[in-house]
Amino acid sequence: MKTDDLISLLASEAPAIDRRQPTRRYALAVVAGLGGALLLMAVLLGLRPDIAEAIRLPMFWWRMGYAASIAAGALWALSRLARPGLRVGPRWSAIALPIFLAWLAAATILAGTLADERIPLVLGHTWKVCAILIATLSTPAFVAMLYAVRGMAPTRPRTTGATIGLFAGATATVAYCLHCPEMAPPFWSVWYLTGMLIPALVGAVIGPRVLRW
Amino acid sequence: MMTPMDTSGPSAAEIELRGRFVAGLRGDASEYRRFLDGLTGFLRAYLRRRLPRAQDDVEDILQETLLAVHNARHTYREDQPLTAWVHAIARYKLMDFFRAHARREALHDPLEEDANIFVAPDTEPANARRDVGRLLETLPDRHRLPIEMVKLQGLSVAEAAQRSGMSESAVKVGVHRGLKALAASLRGST
Repeated sequence: MKTDDLISLLASEAPAIDRRQPTRRYALAVVAGLGGALLLMAVLLGLRPDIAEAIRLPMFWWRMGYAASIAAGALWALSRLARPGLRVGPRWSAIALPIFLAWLAAATILAGTLADERIPLVLGHTWKVCAILIATLSTPAFVAMLYAVRGMAPTRPRTTGATIGLFAGATATVAYCLHCPEMAPPFWSVWYLTGMLIPALVGAVIGPRVLRW
Repeated sequence: MMTPMDTSGPSAAEIELRGRFVAGLRGDASEYRRFLDGLTGFLRAYLRRRLPRAQDDVEDILQETLLAVHNARHTYREDQPLTAWVHAIARYKLMDFFRAHARREALHDPLEEDANIFVAPDTEPANARRDVGRLLETLPDRHRLPIEMVKLQGLSVAEAAQRSGMSESAVKVGVHRGLKALAASLRGST
């Protein structure tokens, strides 16, 4: 087929583009991803028994805000990564800022803690399972967002894959906050982040293959 | 690197092509065809510049890029320069080609510096090595038939739906998926 014939083929019956379609796909991925994580959390782990009291603590909301703002930052970056020719640039700081603030809070608390109590504060009671559980809960959001972005045209598949993973990990963390009893920033600024980085790493590895177009 | 085009706002080609492309996005097929015609000239010249040692591949990559541009139409944001969008797609397809052919030396040329895609058109087509029409024939029926009926035989979506026994929305989705499958098989054949 000559190039001219291909052009005729492409130009004939090329219907108007529905401009809201990408937004709808992302919205669906967010709802399915968060819904799936909440469901997995409820079935596999259960709400923390003292949830009614916990939600009255400001730290409960700081912790959840941490996860939610990373998810929102990753979504913002994705909405640009999925379109050719748009740079993320300084918008990456929307992801970096909550991570940095949580570390700052953790460092401040650790500085005011006796030396031999610091390690127990970081490890908490659940450090062995925390990251793995978050990575498990991230599966629905990972699949849903991968599917949404595959319908777009990402030209940096490795970065895009990693960002999809980070989004999924952060979404899973929002759900995990309803189960997890650990409230100390030295704990969650480390282990929640580790949990989010597992799917991000998976995304970086499979991105170039799965997001090819 | 600054060129005169960078300082004087969008180039005439950017303004013209962008206007046609945006009209195409709203469903104006004849403006869309003019956009594709114009784009093809610029892309061909761009690829010929980028591939001095692989002139035989230019027409193939050009066709693949055109198909990619078409399939990615919904990813264009109207507040962004069309040049940047097209360049990112063309660059992505070029990198894909380089990877497939392990032309490592070509990767050392910084592609970024040649972001001015709409410089000079080249309207002299070469022969494609790969036949898109043949590849289309190898697709499964569910992908091939909607494209053949709607795009090649010029049937309306309603007529194609009637003849194939599919619903109208299934025909539309079929064309869309078929062109994506065609792009995938182009990729596989390089």
